[in-house]
Amino acid sequence: MSYISKPKVAHPGIPRNKLGLTVRDYEGVISTLCAGCGHDSVTAAIVQAVFELNVEPHMLAKMSGIGCSSKTPAYFVSQSHGFNSVHGRMPSVTTGANAANRKLTYIGVSGDGDSLSIGAGQFVHAIRRNLNMCYIIENNGVYGLTKGQFSASADIGSKPKKGLPNQQEPIDPVSTALSLGATYIARSFSGDKEQLVPLIQGALSHDGFALVDVISPCVTFNDHEGSTKSYAHTREFYHHVVDADYIAPAEEIKTQYDKGAAMPVELHDGSKIILRKIDDEYDPTSRAAAFKYLRERFNAGEIITGLLYIDDSRKEMHDLMGNIDTPLAQYPLEKLHPGKAELKKILARYR
Amino acid sequence: MKPTDTSNPEYFHKVVDCQWACPAHTDVPEYIRLIAQGRFSDAYIENRKSNVFPGILGRVCDRPCEPACRRGRVEERPVAICRLKRVASDHRGDITDRLPKPAEKSNGKKVALIGAGCASLTVANDLAPLGYDITIFEALDTTGGLMRTNIPQFRLPPEVLDEEIGYILDLGVDLKLNHRIESMKELLDENYDAVFVGTGAPKGKNLEIPGRYDSDNIHIGIDWLESVAFEHVDSIGENVLIIGVGNTAMDCCRTSLRLGAKSVKVMARKPRGFFKASDWELEDAEEENVDIVVNHSPKEFVIEDGKLVGMTFELMEYNIDENGRIDRGTVIGEETFPCDDVILAIGQDNAFPWIERDIGIEFNEWDCPVVDEQTMMCSHDGIFFGGDSAFGPKNIIWAVAHGHEAAISIHKYCYDEDLTDRLPVGINLSSQKMGMHEWSYSNDYDPSARRLMPHVDLKERFKKLDIEVELGFTPEQTLQEVERCLNCDIQTVFAAKLCIECDACIDICPVNCLTITANGDEADLRTRLSAPAQNLEQALYVSEDLPQTGRVMVKDEDLCVHCGLCAERCPTGAWDMQKSTVLIPYAQDEAADDQTREAPAA
Repeated sequence: MSYISKPKVAHPGIPRNKLGLTVRDYEGVISTLCAGCGHDSVTAAIVQAVFELNVEPHMLAKMSGIGCSSKTPAYFVSQSHGFNSVHGRMPSVTTGANAANRKLTYIGVSGDGDSLSIGAGQFVHAIRRNLNMCYIIENNGVYGLTKGQFSASADIGSKPKKGLPNQQEPIDPVSTALSLGATYIARSFSGDKEQLVPLIQGALSHDGFALVDVISPCVTFNDHEGSTKSYAHTREFYHHVVDADYIAPAEEIKTQYDKGAAMPVELHDGSKIILRKIDDEYDPTSRAAAFKYLRERFNAGEIITGLLYIDDSRKEMHDLMGNIDTPLAQYPLEKLHPGKAELKKILARYR
Repeated sequence: MKPTDTSNPEYFHKVVDCQWACPAHTDVPEYIRLIAQGRFSDAYIENRKSNVFPGILGRVCDRPCEPACRRGRVEERPVAICRLKRVASDHRGDITDRLPKPAEKSNGKKVALIGAGCASLTVANDLAPLGYDITIFEALDTTGGLMRTNIPQFRLPPEVLDEEIGYILDLGVDLKLNHRIESMKELLDENYDAVFVGTGAPKGKNLEIPGRYDSDNIHIGIDWLESVAFEHVDSIGENVLIIGVGNTAMDCCRTSLRLGAKSVKVMARKPRGFFKASDWELEDAEEENVDIVVNHSPKEFVIEDGKLVGMTFELMEYNIDENGRIDRGTVIGEETFPCDDVILAIGQDNAFPWIERDIGIEFNEWDCPVVDEQTMMCSHDGIFFGGDSAFGPKNIIWAVAHGHEAAISIHKYCYDEDLTDRLPVGINLSSQKMGMHEWSYSNDYDPSARRLMPHVDLKERFKKLDIEVELGFTPEQTLQEVERCLNCDIQTVFAAKLCIECDACIDICPVNCLTITANGDEADLRTRLSAPAQNLEQALYVSEDLPQTGRVMVKDEDLCVHCGLCAERCPTGAWDMQKSTVLIPYAQDEAADDQTREAPAA
């Protein structure tokens, strides 16, 4: 943390988005995480992504649970809605918020502890419901806030700062989400914003549950030799498999793509994601193939990154349930409330 | 690009824009911090080390530091550096025991200084404490040269001049007033070990147009100002035209107003933006209701019955190209302005009628001596020049810088040393880290706007010629203004081998100066940074290859506000905030006993 806040002074040539805002307008309070924490880079990536997407701050809701990761929402878009919930309960609070107002853009920031241990049940059911949100896991393999015990995502053989290496199977959020039928699954690295920013933009624009698992090293408790979630280890073993370029609605595609490798996917809001396959064999639209590939590469010790699976055809929660478009807060009370007489009839059915 | 060589003192010196721009390299951020701590005497002494006349320069310096100030690039207006210098001078305590001391014994070397202006006085300041017998020859009956005769008292009170010049004369300098040197040849016959010429550029330019010599009411600006200073002139007509729009013109028009003029017009040949006067001097003149008339080129004086009644001008029109260059203009008309007096303030020339042309001093095509820019020596061994007399009219701070260099040369000359083998400029770096998030300097960015100098009331100030218009900053203004300084001498120093490329510094930098990227040539790199680096005058700081990816850290020095957040957010201490102190050698360093120097590389 720092004693002074980030000065409001900015580069005189700083660009403005369509709303006339600068990237600085999407910042939050200064981070109180450890200096060098990967989470701060994820924050910077989120800020960049929502700035470029022209998100109106008051139309953004940022949700979190407990943990280092869950402090993140304080550090971006100060003028948006936010809910810092109980440990592991971010998905159900987001479900509730989203049920009441589907017009907001939901971004949940969680960690490997918050999502894969105490909140594992919540996490899997949010996927099952295809809740329309961008779900970011800042994945560092340890509980930083309680001094660095291994979390459920720690790899076998990964060494702690003190004590014995981890012996338990890790839970991989990407494979988990794939098996549960999540419709947008990506993995990236906090130290690679070029890859991470468009993945977050795609996730925010995707209609349905979008998971972005970000390897985000814990600089204090898990950045030493022998750790499999350190900056150095991640850089050594990570591979881009499918990169994604986000193209806003009605924006021209400016880059020249090789025909074989580039796959454009159109999202519901008219934006496009251009998938650029680095490995030709990989098929990001086949769950079975993706699963096989990921397990093989995982066993070889590789960290596979990119937009690993996408299916934009499935309905999100509201459409599955046939809900109305209007946020409940804007819906007339007389329609929202059935009236005393009607309520009595309903209650009578249960007597 | 190759990794930046930060061991070259020039690199970090350049980052301190104000200090780099100052000809005398005054350590501006250091003295501003001293003022912030209320250490006014220390701030005064810090100034005096390099610029010798803080009280004088705090009022009338040409301030090359201010246009260079980084604050002027980050927002609109630079730090009021010059005003703060005056604060140090105004509020200092008794500093007499901290001034250079007279030499305990003579070194037997005799040096003659011609002219008692700022250049000569600087030479005396540097050499007298080393034991030199200094004689200053001055044509007038007072010291200070153009500082006293050409700068009006309402801008620079005589007491300030007397005090600071007194500090130097007290070193045991032999001052010969009313002693005009009429012949260099004769002076050389007196067997001085070295001679320094600091005679300024004492000849005001003339305007040879019809009617010029038909009236006594047409004056040469600097001569007229001198007459006013010596009280030979105490009035002027009601309607006055000033020809020229430089700083002398500003002094002439404001002086006229104090001698009884009712209407003063400054006649400019070119449009605004092409004036020679400093912005602040223009502002001060216009505050006093001086009318500045643009695009009027002098044609002739109108004389009726032997009396000046007006002046005719050609009305000009100019084209300005896209590079901002102005053409010679075309005449589109003519206009006559009635007037009682005209003052010509169109520039100054050097004049050396007293230097014989056959004694081995080479003169160039403009009839100025050929002077070496480093050693300040002319083609005759042992004769040195400085100030306006060296390279034409500049300003006080340049004269001081010349004086320091000439003093070094004179010392080396007197001791038979090679004049070009001078002590190099050095630099010290020291970390300013005090704790986890604590720095020894005020690192937060203060968004306050530049404070404005309070002035004496417009009615009050014209009552007497010597009422100083500028009142100096109040303590409150000082407190706010010092916080505007960005501490550019607290350098961001990077150790590539410690970097883990976590991006923390890049994410926190408020002005996007940092980037980690693949190396490339400079032109290419400048386009690929977090924010394009378009100010080519400001360096890119490029690191060694980073250990994990082989990329490089690039810092664009242009807009860094030196807030230290990169260093605070760095988990490994790869960034550190280190104060750079530029070590400028003076004559006393050259003379020091323990001076050892490395042999030059073969």
